Amino acid sequence: MLNNHGAADASATASEHDRIGCRVPYSVFTDEAYYKAEQERLFRGPTWNFVALEAEVPEPGDYKATFIGDTPVVVTRDKDGGLHVVLNRCAHRGAMVCRERRGNAPHLECVYHQWAYDLNGDLIGVPFRRGIKGQGGMPADFALKDHGLVKLRVESLNGLVFATFSEEVEPLRDYLGPLITEHVERIMCRPVKILGNQRQFIHGNWKLYAENTRDPYHASLLHLFHNTFGLYRSTQTGKCVMDENKRHSLLFSMAGSNDAERDSQVYQESRSFDTSFTLKDPSLLAGRSEFPDGITLVILALYPNLILQQISNTLAVRQIVTRGPDSFELVWTQFGYADDDPEMDAIRLKQSNLIGPAGVISMEDGEAVEIVQQAVTPDRGAKSYIAMGGGGADDADHLVTEGAIIGFWQNYRKMVGFEEALP
Amino acid sequence: MGGSPLIRPAVKPEPVDLTTLPRAELMREVTDLVALHAELIDDDRLEEWPDLFTEECLYSVIPRENADRGLPVATIFCDSRGMLVDRVVSLRRANIFPVHNYRHIISTSRIHGVTPEAVTAHTNYVVLQTRNIGQSFVYNTGKYVDEIVYSSGRFLFRSKKAIFDTDLVDTLMVRPI
Repeated sequence: MLNNHGAADASATASEHDRIGCRVPYSVFTDEAYYKAEQERLFRGPTWNFVALEAEVPEPGDYKATFIGDTPVVVTRDKDGGLHVVLNRCAHRGAMVCRERRGNAPHLECVYHQWAYDLNGDLIGVPFRRGIKGQGGMPADFALKDHGLVKLRVESLNGLVFATFSEEVEPLRDYLGPLITEHVERIMCRPVKILGNQRQFIHGNWKLYAENTRDPYHASLLHLFHNTFGLYRSTQTGKCVMDENKRHSLLFSMAGSNDAERDSQVYQESRSFDTSFTLKDPSLLAGRSEFPDGITLVILALYPNLILQQISNTLAVRQIVTRGPDSFELVWTQFGYADDDPEMDAIRLKQSNLIGPAGVISMEDGEAVEIVQQAVTPDRGAKSYIAMGGGGADDADHLVTEGAIIGFWQNYRKMVGFEEALP
Repeated sequence: MGGSPLIRPAVKPEPVDLTTLPRAELMREVTDLVALHAELIDDDRLEEWPDLFTEECLYSVIPRENADRGLPVATIFCDSRGMLVDRVVSLRRANIFPVHNYRHIISTSRIHGVTPEAVTAHTNYVVLQTRNIGQSFVYNTGKYVDEIVYSSGRFLFRSKKAIFDTDLVDTLMVRPI
């Protein structure tokens, strides 16, 4: 295109750089069009979305209202113990049927005109269906069975409940793949008990959090607590690997591999390695070795809306609920095992200070997402540059990589699409 | 604490049976302590804040949806004065967060109970937050459930729970409530 020789050379160099690493147009974080497309093609498309822990709806009649993307759904347990997920929208005129976050009821009933649904979503009652005193009423051919709530496919994996709007998507275990399934089962190894919820509103696009949770590169640099106290360092023995389709990522590390001398060399110039920072009450970090494999930190990022984590003795799911292109909610549900002894209860409660909106090793992620959102909003032509670890969607048996982020973008591009070459 | 004008010098021989003190005096002490707690946080005098607590203490900031269900998870949970100090040091040296200020608006306290050792009081609060963009918004609202004791010549929190309604925390929480 350009006649000037020098400029042509410069342009060749630029395109060479484009082939190395992953560049994502910032417009995916800001444009309403992407947001609408991903609700339809991704959240309501061929994906399995986390909706609940079974322990949140243990008894017949228990229900929980939640969201897939921004679509409201209800998770219920019927009187035979079966799990159902239905669209939280009356088949009549679209009112939200379930208005509480959680509860127990023999059936779901819309308050607007009292249309009543069984816990599996079947319509069981319509007031004045045959009219009053021979007047009004529904048409003669009106059949209850034609007007149930929209039912989603539901599958549970060791107590984690997922749902999908898709008829086509493969069964849950196949969707997750053997590696991810194995690590979900590792954490969900026995019955759990719910310890509580935390909710966080982040003024940023949800995909910035999807990146953040597939990113072992940032964790020891952004989070001083992680690095200084050796909960996580990129020097640790660990891996960041994906399922075959590179949708999901498994990041794990072992604090037992810390080496004070080596680590102080590697991080000698780093703000986040501060040996002069000590705790007045170190009981915060006095946990218990819990898993025989020595893994002390696991971040499982399941495409598209879930993070399952083990950080020291904290166990939690973090569910992403989208709220427009520039905001999302993060719903934390913290749990322990049903057979935890009182000492373990106390450890989990105290270590809860590590995670959540006020977590000393997690609060920074909220700020990281927001400072990206604030900076990308005005400039729609620009792109990010993601290349740590080699610039491909590659597994790594170390923690100096962004490969899983690139895996996420490859899947996103396939499903939602954007006009950029990816490696 | 040093120079805070709101802390009175020790005047009572200990131990003091709090049930013997006039209600009006207890009310004044509760009101002063709750107000000082807010003032130290709002004025960013966080290094002085742990001194309002007994050495063995409980400080928790817990979402109402957990408190109402009897679930233990708190957003901030400290069970020693040392942990309060660690939170402050962490804020100053470790944590990354939007630059902000708090402004507490606190209601009249109500004394719920008095035992020889402790006064239990409830106080509603609103914390407004202002970030460097300059707008203020309701960041957190809820009620304090406080247990206040008389120790070493001063009234101190033995337990302070902030049970908050605003369970969707905006961005993050780094400063005590």
